[in-house]
Amino acid sequence: MNSDVLVLTLLTVISAATPLIFAATGELVAEKSGVLNLGVEGMMLVGAVSAFLAVTETQSALFACLVALIAGAGMALIFAFLTLTLHANQVATGLALTIFGIGLSALVGQDLVGVAYAGLPKLTVPVLADIPIIGPLLFDHNFLIYLSIVVVFGVLWFLQKSRMGLILRAVGESHDAAHAIGYRVVLIRYLATLFGGGMAGLGGAYISLSYSPMWAENMTAGRGWIALALVVFATWRPVRVLLGAYLFGGITILQLHAQAIGVSIPSEMLSMLPYLVTIIVLVMISRDSNRVLGNAPACLGKPFNAAA
Amino acid sequence: MNIMSRLKKVSLAAACAAMLGMGTVAQAAEPTKVGFVYVGPIGDHGWTYRHDIGRLAIDKAFGDQVKTTFVESVSEGADAERVIRQLASSGHNLIFTTSFGYMNPTIKVAKQFADVKFEHATGYKRAKNVSTYMARFYEGRYVAGLVAGKMTKSNTIGYIGSFPIPEVVRGINAFTLALRKVNPDATVKVVWVNSWYDPGKEGDAAKTLIDQGADVILQHTDSPAPLQVAEKRGVYGVGQASDMAKFAPKAQLTAIIDNWDGYYVQRTKDVIEGTWESKDTWGGFDSGMVEMAPFNEVIPADTIASAKAAIEAIKSGELKPFTGPIKDQSGKVVVAEGVSMPDSDLLKMNWYVEGVEDKLPK
Amino acid sequence: MLFKLEPRGGISARMVYLTPLLAVGFTLVVGAALFAALGYDPIHTLKVFFIHPVNSVQGLAELGVKATPLILIGLGLAVGFRANVWNIGAEGQLTLGAIAGGGVALYFYDSNSPLLLPAMMVAGVLGGMAWAAIPAFLKTRFNTNEILTSLMLTYVALLLLAMLVNGPWRDPDGYNFPESRIFSEAATLPIILEGTRLHLGAAIALLVAVILWFLFSRTLFGFQVRVIGQAPAAAGYAGFSQKKMVWISLLLAGGLAGLAGLVEVAGPIGQLLPRISPGYGFTAIIVAFLGRLHPVGVVLAGLLMALSYLGGESAQIELGLPVAMTGVFQGMLLFFLLASDVLVTYRLRLLPGLKRRAGGV
Repeated sequence: MNSDVLVLTLLTVISAATPLIFAATGELVAEKSGVLNLGVEGMMLVGAVSAFLAVTETQSALFACLVALIAGAGMALIFAFLTLTLHANQVATGLALTIFGIGLSALVGQDLVGVAYAGLPKLTVPVLADIPIIGPLLFDHNFLIYLSIVVVFGVLWFLQKSRMGLILRAVGESHDAAHAIGYRVVLIRYLATLFGGGMAGLGGAYISLSYSPMWAENMTAGRGWIALALVVFATWRPVRVLLGAYLFGGITILQLHAQAIGVSIPSEMLSMLPYLVTIIVLVMISRDSNRVLGNAPACLGKPFNAAA
Repeated sequence: MNIMSRLKKVSLAAACAAMLGMGTVAQAAEPTKVGFVYVGPIGDHGWTYRHDIGRLAIDKAFGDQVKTTFVESVSEGADAERVIRQLASSGHNLIFTTSFGYMNPTIKVAKQFADVKFEHATGYKRAKNVSTYMARFYEGRYVAGLVAGKMTKSNTIGYIGSFPIPEVVRGINAFTLALRKVNPDATVKVVWVNSWYDPGKEGDAAKTLIDQGADVILQHTDSPAPLQVAEKRGVYGVGQASDMAKFAPKAQLTAIIDNWDGYYVQRTKDVIEGTWESKDTWGGFDSGMVEMAPFNEVIPADTIASAKAAIEAIKSGELKPFTGPIKDQSGKVVVAEGVSMPDSDLLKMNWYVEGVEDKLPK
Repeated sequence: MLFKLEPRGGISARMVYLTPLLAVGFTLVVGAALFAALGYDPIHTLKVFFIHPVNSVQGLAELGVKATPLILIGLGLAVGFRANVWNIGAEGQLTLGAIAGGGVALYFYDSNSPLLLPAMMVAGVLGGMAWAAIPAFLKTRFNTNEILTSLMLTYVALLLLAMLVNGPWRDPDGYNFPESRIFSEAATLPIILEGTRLHLGAAIALLVAVILWFLFSRTLFGFQVRVIGQAPAAAGYAGFSQKKMVWISLLLAGGLAGLAGLVEVAGPIGQLLPRISPGYGFTAIIVAFLGRLHPVGVVLAGLLMALSYLGGESAQIELGLPVAMTGVFQGMLLFFLLASDVLVTYRLRLLPGLKRRAGGV
């Protein structure tokens, strides 16, 4: 593999990982506040279709991303109202949200099937983009890819350094204690859930605007589930979401390369690799039980009522 | 809103049709009911989408005389039999089951509904009231090979496969035979994505193949994603199921189009006129089931001319893509010079011709 | 906020039975409004959705066939969810059950032995258990989160099935198409209602429900599960092992999912296909919670869920309602059902003023 091919391969990995990064980082924030929303796939699809609808109507990519953000957050609002205000079970409600989202996106997208869109424009950083290898890898993407990195480090900063982040973590760790101190547990969880939905919407937008610019039903093809798994894989650490998404994307692309070279292993077995490697790496990470348990929000998925 | 009002119109029409259907039981002018079972959503822009266009052609051709029904996203497991039976027992006269996995359920239900005619796509089991139909898409792939062989500079073609079933293998072989006929140095790299439809993964497979030197991308998956990648990377591709030129105006050399319109209209007509009988249809260019999208202007005129000539020759039966000498991957001649492979061998094809750089699972 | 939720301090027995009815009522009203807005006759549409699929013996039998795998898997998952074991890989365990049980059917293709079917069932259960044992082992030994492992193993299982059916397990007379031979008579589940597809698996599912109900309400084991789920620390003091619970939960859920897979391939499908379940393993998670993790509830929830699928098909056939609408409607139905549960443990109190401090938010 010469350096050009290496760069191109890495670019493929980056683009495969980006929707996962958005969705998983959003879900991570929701989970850190104690909310387990399994509806990521549904929120991504609604984000994808609304972004595509917006871009075909207005031609504005930025506006389309905003619409996807709001649409994803809107889906999350349904979830938040049901689980946080009405105390519905989070796991089941999340799955129901996915069923709803698949249907809703298909309904909205009826007239969008077969419509073409050129894809997000690139935002090339002048001069820097001309540096060999590093230039194309770091400074020659569309804005959503830059944004995905910003979101990861923004969330890292938010959770580790900001006061709000501390409160959010406290709420996820022990809602009763946080409530006793006077934090508004439900409000904070609402916001975290909406953020999660917005990010899933952006992940969907990346898929329909850039990854494969078009709309077709179910086009996320299960990536919402992978995003969910990545949060666990990352042991609730934002930077590990980034690494996890690149690892998963990397192995996926690598197995495609292995096939193209003509490795005589059945393609089904090669396709299993990303899933198996993810498991093995997580096993290695989580052997150190203190570190992992310390990261997992203790109240994940548990209902809370202030008056209880 | 635009969509909602449109939806309303469509559904009103459907509701009216349904009521009419119920209200006119006693009348002689009762419409013939034609049902479709689809494996994917009609919005998949691939296989199911094309079948639904065929269904709409029936609507257009017969108007009130025929009422069509479809059920989308029916999984090939236990659900299929129920849906097919429900169509049969709700007065449908002709039922198209449009995926291979519906074969056994179709046969099973057909036994219980002797008066209902069934049409199963891509299978091999027939009965008195069950026909099978399939298109010789490999003819289209052969023509695509003639073009690709002339357009490749790297002599490496990338081929994105869904699942290693005979239909896909046949397509790869037909393509490769034509490819190497016009360009003996060209070879085909195959990547399986283990899905009929996953735009992201199809696109990634295309990128991978291009990174490994392919400059023409063939696909046996449903989405335009590989073509979009080809467009971006400045290489060529061949569309699948529909003319996908608007997704990749520069990259799409041509496309192999599924066109079920003629067959569906004809079979419906047969039922209305009482002339329907069970048969096996494997239609190629001659039947109109397979069509090529307009050839891209970048293709040299003489190449287009020879591709068109090949289409005509295949139509007339003069040219059969699987005619010897055909060598397998080990270089051994498996089909002797001048011999054409019989359909029965084509149907179950599970070996590669020379020039394909992949191994099939045994 | 116009209302406030107050804990009842206990469970309202009346509401336990009333809320599902309330939710269905709500769904009917909102559904009717939705259909009317889209130009469908609302009453007729609802009838097509909920009544037409089951207004015949054939329809009822089909309801049983569709609900059987959902109930079997839901029953097993409910146990684990009570103990806070998050197995979301039942789809994979189902697939392994089908592979193992179906494998026996194919290996002993010529056998007419009456033992063949029981052997297949045992293999199906063991297959599902083996697949679930991997997350259990990794969880108890390496502390690896079972959400990830069970989900990832689902994809692996699906690929494994595809590999077998596209390769060595293809029907030798099947022109290399990707499906196995059709199982012999001896390897097919008997029909328990003549003229329909209702098979022995449905009866087995009910039997399993009864057994689990007994286990939970009448035995120490059931008590342990509940304690571990509600207060892991207390359970620890009482000497219950969390690890043991992880194993039991996953093996039970895996075994039942495996059985569900076997029941599908030996019942209505009758052979191995590249994909045998349209996501029953995931839908069953909803079924488990809709049934409030109680065996009887799971049975009812499984039937309701199955009905909503059948209703969707009827609506497509009779009204031309797109499947997308079915998804939206199904999602709504589930939202109402899940949300109405709140009334079991909370009391709804309307607030007189608009600007009152609300307990909910």
